[in-house]
Amino acid sequence: MTEFARDAILVVVETGPSGELEKAAASLLGAAAEVGTPIALVLASPGAGSAAAAEAAALGAARVLIAETPDPSALGVPGVDALAAAVKQVQPDAILISHSPNGRDLAGRYAARSRAAISVDAIGVSRDDEGVVAHHSVYGGAYDVTSTATFGPPVITVRQGSIEARATAQPQASETLAVTGSGKPAARIDSFEEAVVATSRPELRGAAKVVAGGRGLGSEEQFALVGQLADTLGAAVGASRAAVDAGYIPQSHQVGQTGVSVSSQLYIALGISGAIQHRAGMQTAKTIVAINKDSDAPIFEIADFGVVGDLFKVVPQLISALEARKKL
Amino acid sequence: MKIIVLVKEVPDTYGDRKLNLETGLADREASEAVIDEIGERALELALTYADAHAGAEVAILSLAPEGATATIRKGLAMGAGSATLVSDEGLRGADLGLTAETLAAAIRRVGFDLVIAGNVSTDGSGGMIPAMLAELLDVPLATGLSSAEISDGAVSGSRGVESGVQKVSANLPAVISITEALPGPRFPNFKGIMAAKKKPLETLTLADLGITPDNPDAARSIMLTVAEKPPRAAGVKIVDEGDAGEKLAAFLVENRLA
Repeated sequence: MTEFARDAILVVVETGPSGELEKAAASLLGAAAEVGTPIALVLASPGAGSAAAAEAAALGAARVLIAETPDPSALGVPGVDALAAAVKQVQPDAILISHSPNGRDLAGRYAARSRAAISVDAIGVSRDDEGVVAHHSVYGGAYDVTSTATFGPPVITVRQGSIEARATAQPQASETLAVTGSGKPAARIDSFEEAVVATSRPELRGAAKVVAGGRGLGSEEQFALVGQLADTLGAAVGASRAAVDAGYIPQSHQVGQTGVSVSSQLYIALGISGAIQHRAGMQTAKTIVAINKDSDAPIFEIADFGVVGDLFKVVPQLISALEARKKL
Repeated sequence: MKIIVLVKEVPDTYGDRKLNLETGLADREASEAVIDEIGERALELALTYADAHAGAEVAILSLAPEGATATIRKGLAMGAGSATLVSDEGLRGADLGLTAETLAAAIRRVGFDLVIAGNVSTDGSGGMIPAMLAELLDVPLATGLSSAEISDGAVSGSRGVESGVQKVSANLPAVISITEALPGPRFPNFKGIMAAKKKPLETLTLADLGITPDNPDAARSIMLTVAEKPPRAAGVKIVDEGDAGEKLAAFLVENRLA
């Protein structure tokens, strides 16, 4: 076997229910290419490895290690065992993993097992004389912080939707990784229900545009207006905690301190006052638009474009103006 | 059944939270310290089980500066039977690795069938500690449960992942973390507050746990730089005069956002 690049960055990606690579793969490989040679470790369901490896190469992985799980119902542990084997072979300068529910578990377990340093929820990576540095945005975007490891490769989880860089496609060079199971006890996955995608709307996490509604929408029926504007713009739908607590929309749409954090290009807040907990989850958006009838609402303090007015008048007019332009 | 609930003292998100720009550490004077709400929900899950099962013990574990006993007393007032606070100067600025090693040692010392934590804290937002503990304690892990059923020798629940929802289960002993989809905490009543004053609260140091903070074999995460972002400035604010929708559409088109 040939040696791995000396500036290797190990990117760990898993396959989804249909065998496709997780969505974060493109941005993780993009980030890796900026600081070294991206090597992908593909954690695949049985039989999905080689197709996923081709996908990883197309997204910029110079080499791909394939680890098909020996036990698909064991939660987490097979992935940690594979990562431990891959790090031994590749000797990377850093390990990049998505800051997703599975990615967090994998990163935490692996770092504890190997006593590696861990940097979490990074929004970027760079390299200095001594190694790879993680960039973080903390306390809801109020501070910029950088971190690294005292020695050894840092394990870095990367916030979804935060990296714009993409790597150039590479010719496929993949091999199967030999993994020795650790025999560590794991929880069991007894069943799985795939999320039904009811609309063609983008997912909130990682969306380029987000339209979010708050208590100002008044009812579950009237909250539909948020979806209409989102569909006009091709945006994802978000909500404040107040709207979730009032039952207008499921909790999975909650943006903020205790929900999803977004760093979208555009964030439109409808009838959201802008409590500090909500702002913590969206104030790193590039452009913020707010519509609220209360001119003192704190959301206006951070809005690039604020409209004081009745959202039930302004939004329909906005939708028809945008639709009219589309027809030009 | 012995359940350990991890609670964390965090700066109240209702106020301004500050980092010290020289040390990079949280400025604990700048904001009021509260129990992280997700930890209160974790405690509620444990107490609900204990209410229905005689002989179940609920113990609180927290790693915090010495003054954190007030927030821990709140947990005792809610109904937990005992509490352990790990407090040591050597933990100032501890990274996740040292934090996890210390908590794992304290959990082993207290003894456990089930460890319950919140899925992510409001301050660090890492969500790593439950996974790190499961690895160090050599037990199964089920994180981010949006429902949880505890039985005699097992725990099960729903776990949301990117592509859908898993039903997961694990034999005890195990580590789980829960999301805010679980019920909110009960309010401590007067009787609980009075009883809390008599409940055992043990304070442990790193030496008690046999942990050396500068273990040369463990890599640590260190902060290189910290900078305060300039506050976001407000842009244009217009009052709707019947054409705000049109104006907003023009703004979006001009900025290539439509």
